[in-house]
Amino acid sequence: MVSRPHGGRLVNRVAKGRRRDALLEEAKELHSIEVTKNTASDIHNIAYGAYSPLQGFLLREDYEHVLYDMRLSDDTPWTIPIVLDVRKDEIQGVKEGDDVALTHEGQILAVMKVEEIYEWDKKEFARHVFKTEDPNHPGVARTYARKELLIGGPIDLLNPLKHPFDRYALTPLETRVLFKEKGWRTIVAFQTRNVPHLGHEYVQKAALTFVDGLLVHPLVGWKKPGDFKDEVIVAAYEALIKHYYPKDSVVFSVLWMQMRYAGPREAIHHAIVRKNFGCTHFIVGRDHAGVGNYYGPYEAWDLFNEFPDLGITPLFIRESFYCKKCGGMVNAKICPHSDEFRVRISGTKLRKMIRNKEKPPEYMMRPEVAEVVLSFDNPFVT
Amino acid sequence: MPEGGKKGGRSRYTTVSIPVTLYNRIKKLIEGTGFANVSQFVTYVLREVVVEYERAREAEEPFTEEEKEKIIEKLRRLGYI
Repeated sequence: MVSRPHGGRLVNRVAKGRRRDALLEEAKELHSIEVTKNTASDIHNIAYGAYSPLQGFLLREDYEHVLYDMRLSDDTPWTIPIVLDVRKDEIQGVKEGDDVALTHEGQILAVMKVEEIYEWDKKEFARHVFKTEDPNHPGVARTYARKELLIGGPIDLLNPLKHPFDRYALTPLETRVLFKEKGWRTIVAFQTRNVPHLGHEYVQKAALTFVDGLLVHPLVGWKKPGDFKDEVIVAAYEALIKHYYPKDSVVFSVLWMQMRYAGPREAIHHAIVRKNFGCTHFIVGRDHAGVGNYYGPYEAWDLFNEFPDLGITPLFIRESFYCKKCGGMVNAKICPHSDEFRVRISGTKLRKMIRNKEKPPEYMMRPEVAEVVLSFDNPFVT
Repeated sequence: MPEGGKKGGRSRYTTVSIPVTLYNRIKKLIEGTGFANVSQFVTYVLREVVVEYERAREAEEPFTEEEKEKIIEKLRRLGYI
C-alpha cells in the first residue's frame, strides 16, 4: 500500500464551488499582500497537500520547533520552515485574526487567516537550516534578502496559477490514484535538479529493481545560476525515458518547488514531500541538495537515522562510476577494481563539456539525452 | 500533559516510568552507540512504534470514488494510463 500522508491526512486547501466564489468575493475587499513566485509555489504545495500536514504558513511555535528540533510542535518530523515574510509597511493595519488576500502579479491567488505576526532572526534561521551564516551560500543569501516579519496562518487557494509544465503536473492526490490504478504498492521517488547522466540512470534502475514503480520527480522552480534550466531537465528526461525506461514501471512528473540548497535538512524535506505523493521509498544520493563544500557527501544519510518515524524508507545509494573492467556502471560496493579502471561522472566536468558544446561520451550520458541538451542555446540558469 | 523543563531545542519533556531492570538493560545496550542516554533511546524506539500504530489506524484512501473517476479521466488524457 502507498504511503500514508505525512501527519495522517492529505491536506486539501483548494477552495471550490460556492465556497470559492464567496471567498473570492470577500478577498476583493481584503487587505492584499503581493507574494513572489516561490511563495506562490509554497501556497500551491500547501493547498494540494504536498506539504501535508501544513495547512498554511508556520506559526511561531511550529517555526521554533522546526528550527531547533526538526519537528512540528505535535512531534511530526519537519525540517524546513515554510514561512511567509512581509515588510512592516505591507501589513500596516493588519491585526492577528484578520483575513488577507495573497496576490501574485496583482491577481488574487489565495486568502489567509493571519493568526500570528512575529519577528525572526535570519542568522539563527541560516545557522540551523543551512548550517552556516555564510552569505555566499545561495540559500543563506536568499534568506538574508527576505523581509523582516513573518506571518502565519492557514491559507485557501482560490486561483491556482498556470503550472509551468502543465503536461507533467500531478498533485499528490493524482499520483496516489495513478499508483493505485497501476497496482503499485511500493514506489521509489527520485528527486533531481539535473539533466540525467548514466550515474542517475544507474541509481534509479538499481532502486526500481526492488520496488513496483519509479517516480522521476525533478524540481521546477528557482535554482541558482549555473544549474540546468527546467525546460532542459524536462526535455532530457523525456528523451531518456522514451529510449531507455520500461513504460509500465516509470512515472515522470515535475514538482513545482524551489531548491533551497539546505543539504541534509532539505533531503528530509524532499522525502516527506514525496511521501505525500504516495511514495514508499526515496533515493538519497551523494551530497543530496548540497552546494559547494557546505555539507559532507553522505551527511544526509546520517540525518535520516534521527527519524525512525518518517514513514518513507530512504534508499542510500552510493556514488556510481563507470568501470572499464566491469564494462558498466557500478559502485564501490560491487566493483573490485582499482581507481585506474574507474571513470567518475563529474557534474562539473559534464556542465563544462555542455557549455563548450561538446558531446559527452556515451559512458557519461546517453547520446539521445546529450543531443537534446546540446540543442538548447544556453541550457543553464543565468 | 507534558511537564518539566526544556532539554535543548524547543521540545518539552516529561517523565515516564519504566522498570529499573529494563532501564539498566537499555543503559548497557546503548553503550558505545550514538545514543547519549536511555531517554534518547526510548524516545527513538517509541517514535518508531507510534508511527506504525498511526499508519494502521488511518489506512483508508484520501479520495472519494467521484474524485477518483475525475482524476482517472485526467490521467488518461495526459497519457499516464
